[in-house]
Amino acid sequence: MKKTFEHIYLSMIFIFMYAPIAALIVLSFNASKSRSKWGGFTLEWYFNLLSDSEVMDALINTLVIALIATLFATLIGTVTCVAMMGLKRRSRTIIMGITNIPMINADIVTGISLMLLFRAMNISTGFVTVLFAHITFNIPFVMLSVMPRMKEINPSVYEAALDLGASPFTAFTKTVLPDLVPAIISGALMAFTMSLDDFIVTYFTKGSGFDTLSTLIYNEVKRGIQPEIYALSAIIFIVVLLLLLIINRFPKKIKFMHK
Amino acid sequence: MYKKGKTSRLMASPYLAWAFIFILVPLGMIFYYGFTNEAGSFTLQNISYIIQPAYFKSLLLAFELGIVSTVVCFLLAYPLCMILADMKLGHHEFILTLFILPMWMNFLLRTLTWMTLLERKGVLNDILSVLHLPPVYIINTPAAIVIGMVYNFLPFMILPIYNSLSKIDDNVINAARDLGASSFQTFLRVTLPLSVPGIISGITMVFIPALTTFAISSMLGGSKVLLIGNVIEQEFTVAYDWHLGSGLSIILMIFILANMIVSAIADRKENL
Amino acid sequence: MSKDLILLEHISKSYDGQMILDDLNLSIHENSFVTLLGPSGCGKTTTLRILGGFEKPDKGNVIFDGQNITELAPNKRMLNTVFQKYALFTHLDIAENIAFGLKIKNKTQSYINDKIKYALKLVNLEGFEHRMPDSLSGGQQQRIAIARAIVNEPKVLLLDEPLGALDLKLRQDMQYELIRLKNELGITFLYVTHDQEEALTMSDHIVVMNQGYIQQEGSPEKIYNEPENAFVADFIGDSNIIPATMVCDELVDILGAKFACVDKDFGVNKPVDVVIRPEDVELVRPENCSLCGVVTHIIFKGVHYEMTVEAGGFEWLVHSTRMSAPGTTVGISVDPFNIQIMNRPASEDEEAISENV
Repeated sequence: MKKTFEHIYLSMIFIFMYAPIAALIVLSFNASKSRSKWGGFTLEWYFNLLSDSEVMDALINTLVIALIATLFATLIGTVTCVAMMGLKRRSRTIIMGITNIPMINADIVTGISLMLLFRAMNISTGFVTVLFAHITFNIPFVMLSVMPRMKEINPSVYEAALDLGASPFTAFTKTVLPDLVPAIISGALMAFTMSLDDFIVTYFTKGSGFDTLSTLIYNEVKRGIQPEIYALSAIIFIVVLLLLLIINRFPKKIKFMHK
Repeated sequence: MYKKGKTSRLMASPYLAWAFIFILVPLGMIFYYGFTNEAGSFTLQNISYIIQPAYFKSLLLAFELGIVSTVVCFLLAYPLCMILADMKLGHHEFILTLFILPMWMNFLLRTLTWMTLLERKGVLNDILSVLHLPPVYIINTPAAIVIGMVYNFLPFMILPIYNSLSKIDDNVINAARDLGASSFQTFLRVTLPLSVPGIISGITMVFIPALTTFAISSMLGGSKVLLIGNVIEQEFTVAYDWHLGSGLSIILMIFILANMIVSAIADRKENL
Repeated sequence: MSKDLILLEHISKSYDGQMILDDLNLSIHENSFVTLLGPSGCGKTTTLRILGGFEKPDKGNVIFDGQNITELAPNKRMLNTVFQKYALFTHLDIAENIAFGLKIKNKTQSYINDKIKYALKLVNLEGFEHRMPDSLSGGQQQRIAIARAIVNEPKVLLLDEPLGALDLKLRQDMQYELIRLKNELGITFLYVTHDQEEALTMSDHIVVMNQGYIQQEGSPEKIYNEPENAFVADFIGDSNIIPATMVCDELVDILGAKFACVDKDFGVNKPVDVVIRPEDVELVRPENCSLCGVVTHIIFKGVHYEMTVEAGGFEWLVHSTRMSAPGTTVGISVDPFNIQIMNRPASEDEEAISENV
């Protein structure tokens, strides 16, 4: 009896989460531009999508920014975590405190503050400013994932390597680093997701002439939604779903999400 | 432990420089702009604007909607997490990911879906007309914004609560039952208190974004429903009054700070 | 003759297709200290959990004080459990932990306060009321877990390997504490462990289990001195288990030498297993006995010397306070009373099924 209630509840939430997406996907095949009338099945919007340079550019921008920002954030974040292990407790707390600021602060404050910075320094807004902004809010995610793992690692293994004659660098890369990799990947994935999804910070730091997917859609909403966007949503959803299925074949790597 | 102080400091300096330039200085600039006027002299005028009816209303509305969304998210998420935490190993990880999946779609797209559903000539009204029911005009009302907020932020409530619940040792629950507690008493006296860290985390991750959003209110509220986020955004992009915008942002940060303090206190109570 | 407080009748339980308990029958007398003893996976914890109500048996009944409680929820049973890893409520302080069961029963605050004081005194942790569980050591947490269970005045206390995580000295102290508690409180203890020394020290009655079956039940002395099969003999204490032939009543042929013993009714010229404890093997001058051998190893253990003797093709384990150096030729002698004869099982299954004498 209890089981039935539980299943019903799960299904209801499930429907709540996926019905809107399903509606979009259905509309992406709608020949009529109207959102309420069905005008017949078509793949027109999907083809338009591919030839729509605006959307393609925005898509590429989004991916490129996310990739590069994640790369830098992961590098800087990991190096800093390693460095922090050699610092006093007090310094560590202060640094972690500062790192937490972009996470705790509302996106709008982060975005505005960076915009003020760029304007004051007379840096023209565009790809570079957005990149810097993304790196800034990505680093905390990496550090928040790597730091706890760093603390957990048993120093004896590192010391054993030194004892056996390895240089500090070799000892580190051969004993500590492999242990860190899951946390690094976890943090990087988190950062990548945040970058892909970001709207507000990008909005304030992009200026005009540069768009990511999020900002493009926001502009479109003002003008009136083109069905290509629905086609885009459908594609993104399928891609994400595929990723989910692939990742689920490696259950250990999934652990990162549940931290 | 690993490296001597000097090397560590060297290694950490790139980030320290970055953090200074891109976190601390920008924050400082908000404070600078917020507390000065066009002429550059100190003023509290920007901050005091919040008292003005139009501005105050937007803050109040954002606050109300934020609380409503947070509560709704909590009420929806908690039972879900309890069900998930109870399920067999392996199974629940996949189902959990299924519920988190929408989070990986674009935030704007997620909000867009509800626009499509709730519009005057949208899918919802379409379905209602097929069933010969009167249409509902939810779009451009606070209700639509709440729906959008809940839809977007629900996964952020689910994850931390689920983490908290799954960490509870089975035998602790068994112990409560062993000592005579009914299922309900066990829930109230043991499960719920032990899940508080997750609840607090979830509340923070939902309330702050809800309070400060402008995209959701823009898309689902039209120009009719203005939240503090919209107001601040307009000060910057439309009115070009950076001082006022910064001043209002400072007000927002006070709320964020208050939330942090409340969380920290509740957290410390747990760890006593 | 104390009555049977608990009866487990024909209990069967499987998990994921694996049979954990198969037609288990067990009775537990009032006011006794009963230990379920066996290796991991033998079903002892499952039995305890079925009794506590945390598992439902696939078949069979649980009778408590005359009542069938098989379907009864755990919170309605008149027993309390001390869990393996204590399972204290980390969000409550010690006093609230102990008071938990009492508050559920809506006892008055003054009653509860008295009980808390009494319980803490009983486990020697007076003054700990407002400490938090996380600030206590393992041994202290264990005692609080016990206190929390006994304040509810259960008729039976179930203990699931409670001393496993403690170090040796503490474990030994706690064993004496538990015996003292049982005598003071006059309640029945059902204890689960894989540690045979623990079982021998504390129990009135031991139930040896393996692979879901009861191998032997009895007092510690009986289990130790008269193991009924190879498993019990091997599990409890050190022993020499030697294949032999029962020549006739009170005479057994071990490795070619004839030994007088005290068992009868095993048949004539039947193959049997013989159990002799290391401390019961006497090393004598080789001229006077039928079985001789050579000492191969010796270790000083403080309490005794432990020696290995190669005799008749078998490696004998011998405990003695007298030393015989390696290389010495010695004779094996055993008092007839100390030779335990066991049936040699025809198959593994037969070996597993209990043989109640």
